[in-house]
Amino acid sequence: MLGGPGLWNYWIVIILMMTGLYVVIAKGNLVKKMIGLNVFQVSVIMLYVCMGKVDGGTAPILADGFEVYSNPVPHVLMLTAIVVGVATTALGLSFVVRIHEAYGTIEEDEIQDLEGEV
Amino acid sequence: MHPDLPALQIVVPLLSAPVCVLLRRPRLAWAVAMAATWFAFGNSIVILRHVLATGPISYALGGFPVPYGIELSIDSLNALVLVIVTGISAIVLIGSPRSLEREVPTERHYLVYTAYLLCMTGLLGMTITGDAFNIFVFLEISSLSSYSLISMGRTRRAVTSAFQYLVMGTIGGTFILLGIGLLYMVTGTLNLADMSQRLAMTGANRTVLVSLAFIVAGTSIKLAVFPLHIWLPNAYTFAPAIVTAFLAATATKVAFYILARFVYGVYGVQLAFGELRLDAVLLPLALLAMFVASTVAIFQRDVKRMLAYSSVAQVGYMLLGMSLANVDGLTGGIVHLFNHALIKSGLFLVMAVVLLSVGSTRLDDMRGLGRKLPLTMAAFVLGGLGLIGVPGTAGFVSKWYLILGALEDGLWPVAVLTLLSSLLAVVYVWRVIEVAYFQERPADAPEPEPAPASLLVPAWALLGASVWFGVFTSYSAGVAREAAEMLLGGGR
Repeated sequence: MLGGPGLWNYWIVIILMMTGLYVVIAKGNLVKKMIGLNVFQVSVIMLYVCMGKVDGGTAPILADGFEVYSNPVPHVLMLTAIVVGVATTALGLSFVVRIHEAYGTIEEDEIQDLEGEV
Repeated sequence: MHPDLPALQIVVPLLSAPVCVLLRRPRLAWAVAMAATWFAFGNSIVILRHVLATGPISYALGGFPVPYGIELSIDSLNALVLVIVTGISAIVLIGSPRSLEREVPTERHYLVYTAYLLCMTGLLGMTITGDAFNIFVFLEISSLSSYSLISMGRTRRAVTSAFQYLVMGTIGGTFILLGIGLLYMVTGTLNLADMSQRLAMTGANRTVLVSLAFIVAGTSIKLAVFPLHIWLPNAYTFAPAIVTAFLAATATKVAFYILARFVYGVYGVQLAFGELRLDAVLLPLALLAMFVASTVAIFQRDVKRMLAYSSVAQVGYMLLGMSLANVDGLTGGIVHLFNHALIKSGLFLVMAVVLLSVGSTRLDDMRGLGRKLPLTMAAFVLGGLGLIGVPGTAGFVSKWYLILGALEDGLWPVAVLTLLSSLLAVVYVWRVIEVAYFQERPADAPEPEPAPASLLVPAWALLGASVWFGVFTSYSAGVAREAAEMLLGGGR
């Protein structure tokens, strides 16, 4: 492990994941919830990217003089996961806009108070 | 059978969805959606018959050889799930123009049909594929379109319910992605059959354990396993009636299939139940769901919401069958998937009729409805009997197998609890019957409109089928048994 990151990158994944999950659970503001959800999804993307990396490996392109390549499959999978994340964020934020139109607020507790009155 | 039918199963609904957007006219979009769903239904029946006659189908997408390319892999279990998903989608769609009229502005109908087709595509894709990452992609296709379908409900609470489901569903989907990633780390493959072979060699280590935990937790959110069910009652209550009938019968069922596929098909009984003791988690949760959700259902004042809680309880029965891990129990779980899909979509279609003719699905507004809408309420009674599990209905068949399975494992308290929890179903079904048949309609209540045939006929078709499969069990329970034996026989 010559100057390699060791397991640090995985610790960062876990920290990001827990931060995201905490924000989703603890924050009442719907936009902040979406931000937390994004951080949570990004942590998984980082996990996949980490696992594809091979120490000392180069980009997976055939060329003379290079024998070790990183695994491209997890990286390619993450392109799809990024698209899914963008679609989820777009849909979630559009719901937030509609909730704001219907309730006049995007705070979860205030929405619950309004629903209780109906 | 034409060799490309497995691919057409997902391609046809997928390509029909943008056609609906281009056409825009509600009637035309509906016609396209009808054509696509009925084609998919016929196609899935052809596939099921082929699988039963000649064994599993493996289809290499794009001609790439199997462990490297994406494989569509169909055996008796997912062929059965394909028939359920397409069949329910096709039948529910018949009455949707009439039901949507009341709930969604006409200019947005084509969007409902588009999202409906995309959701079905996602569910079919999850079911048919033999590739782990593909499951995640199709899961998100079906989830995103089901969130937007739910948000089209007529009250503003539909949007908050959809948002709540989006947050929970995304966490669930990401958990599944994480679990698949960890499995890929251990096995180096994404093909499910390949994965199961290599896992059998590596055995249980911590990464495998964690991947199982993430996949079970993720699918449990989509399946609405008891403590993770909070999105479901709101989503089912506030979604348009047709959407509820469609999702209640398909989305949770496919999630159950995915869980069964991973637990039995990839991890295998030895790993999941022998070394990792998954049954010690699933069995108590299943029993809790049966009792707590049924009890909550009893206290609901909105019948649609009551049926939603009943769905959570019914998921408990399916999960019970899975955690028993013997042929009878697993047969019970799978056949309950089939039976409950018929019964619940039928009952939610009855609710669509009630909503159209009375304007609400609240229990108070259904007083005296038994005489005003005799055929509609008779359909409800028929479905209610199925939920309880009265002999002669489909619900009885699944509970019979579940009890057999519990006794086979020597778990007689579980068998007794299964019977006792059915009594709770008697209570909540009876509350509706009592209100509809034994109470007078209030003098000031508006006269209910006549029930539209386009919704009543599909409801009767589904509930009639549930009785048919309660009496002639060889087809549903026979296929379920074959699937259970295949799953327990060590994967595909």
